[in-house]
Amino acid sequence: MTKYWNEPKECMTKEDKDQLQLERLQETLSRAYHNVPHYRRLFQKQGIDPEDVQSLRDLANLPFTYKTDLRDNYPYDMFAVSLAEVVRIHSSSGTTGKPTVVGYTRRDLNTWSELMARALTSGGATRHDVIQNAYGYGLFTGGLGVHYGGEKIGASIIPISGGNTDRQVMIMKDYGSTILACTPSYALFLAETLEDLGIKPEELKLKFGIFGAEPWSENMRREIETRLKIKALDIYGLSEIIGPGVAVECLEQKGLHVMEDHFIVEVIDPATGEVLPEGESGELVFTSLTKEALPIIRYRTGDISRIIPEPCACGRTLRRIGRIQGRTDDMLIIRGVNVFPSQIEHVLLQMGDVQPHYQLIVDRVGQLDQLEVHVEVSETFLFDEVRALEETASQIRSRIESLLGISVKVRLVEPKTLPRSEGKAKRVIDNRKL
Amino acid sequence: MLIKQLSVFLDNSPGRLNAATKVLSEAGINMRALTLADTSDFGVLRVIVDKPEEAMSILRSHNFAAKMTEVLVVEMEDTPGGLTKILDILEEGGINIEYMYAFVGTKPRKALMIFRVNKPDVAIALLKSKEVRLFSTEEDIEELIHVYW
Repeated sequence: MTKYWNEPKECMTKEDKDQLQLERLQETLSRAYHNVPHYRRLFQKQGIDPEDVQSLRDLANLPFTYKTDLRDNYPYDMFAVSLAEVVRIHSSSGTTGKPTVVGYTRRDLNTWSELMARALTSGGATRHDVIQNAYGYGLFTGGLGVHYGGEKIGASIIPISGGNTDRQVMIMKDYGSTILACTPSYALFLAETLEDLGIKPEELKLKFGIFGAEPWSENMRREIETRLKIKALDIYGLSEIIGPGVAVECLEQKGLHVMEDHFIVEVIDPATGEVLPEGESGELVFTSLTKEALPIIRYRTGDISRIIPEPCACGRTLRRIGRIQGRTDDMLIIRGVNVFPSQIEHVLLQMGDVQPHYQLIVDRVGQLDQLEVHVEVSETFLFDEVRALEETASQIRSRIESLLGISVKVRLVEPKTLPRSEGKAKRVIDNRKL
Repeated sequence: MLIKQLSVFLDNSPGRLNAATKVLSEAGINMRALTLADTSDFGVLRVIVDKPEEAMSILRSHNFAAKMTEVLVVEMEDTPGGLTKILDILEEGGINIEYMYAFVGTKPRKALMIFRVNKPDVAIALLKSKEVRLFSTEEDIEELIHVYW
């Protein structure tokens, strides 16, 4: 079995990696400066010459790129090549405002396929595998990202895309899928469906799954692994950077290796923009090193994680990031404590609620912040006795309190009463006037 | 000897009870007995209906969280000491009552008591041995309307 897809790159020494990153960074900066008006204006305004960047440390002096920059330059003005060179366009869903448009040259697609080939290989995939690709095909990068990576390693791809669960199950069983690629919540839904149909994991050939595109937790991982009897690996990416494959877990399952020969990762304090010491949690910022169509400099992801500096037992020297802990735009500071909605989700998952629907409502009463958590009553939490319901609410409350260290109020509410927008739940209502 | 009862979770806010019972009435489901347990945040509507399974699926399809449980429906004397007689029997059997609610019908000197207990089988055997009348089928419950109401 091949352990690495590209051993020279995945296991390069720190010196070689630094050298490669610096060369590629300088190239990227020069290309962005000369071909993207936005970057030229920005650099000139701040008196920065791309030639000034002589070491990787100089990166910290460069300005950030925000999602709004992509929106302001909608659709193609952030591209560094003409459309004649662009062979693929993807775009985000645009839950808030205009969508963001991203383009790929032929070489960009090759790079992306390479990264996804590495990702699949690190889970153990070979040309003998059958990949059931239940990520959505289309404008969303998930489907085609996995698709091209799987083709590159020579595996058999089933491009089933998302949905149509009955057919997913039939194909999984009859076609002998060995790898499942989808969102973690859909993996759980598939597990449930299999149980309902009385199909045991032993009747399937699945050995691992590669799950991403939404936040999940260690609890969900355990749930997926025991119910489907597979290894569940986390994959990270965003279309602005390239799509899935920016970072991926190996079989050690202790963080996601960042593809550092193609991207530089930084972790910054989202409030000040300062680069944080290695190991501290903050906002992930990526700079592309090889992208032709859409070079991107210090992109603010809004995702919170940390760099894991220690070497990984798998042998890869690409540094790891921890599981995404939340979003900067979700983060609440309540009585000085940082609160991520994902932490509340974590508690509810722990209590057996498989797909929790909840909402955090923050108010300031007098000088004191108050956090109220509304939780939709699911079948798991429904009891005929008021006492049992109250006990459930108080258990949720005490678990959240011990996790966060602040007092909260928990209120059970009727199903489907918390607002949902385009399938993405609105998790936080902050009524504080700060 | 056990009768199906639906428990429906309701927000404690104006109109929610009406919303749930309206769903039932629009589906032509008749309620035979009901009670509402409430806290400051939420309530639990407990209801006995003529078509429990149908009621359950209709409530769920209207996004109500509903659960089916089984309760004892006991006939007792509508006279001082009528309830005591029943409670004595249950106490004798070491049975704990989780909740109960009562109805007074139009049948002379009879009342109905609905019990949710921790050991229903023991309770049934004991009550029967003391010749207490228990309603055992949904058809029997029809009497709640025709005889008692």
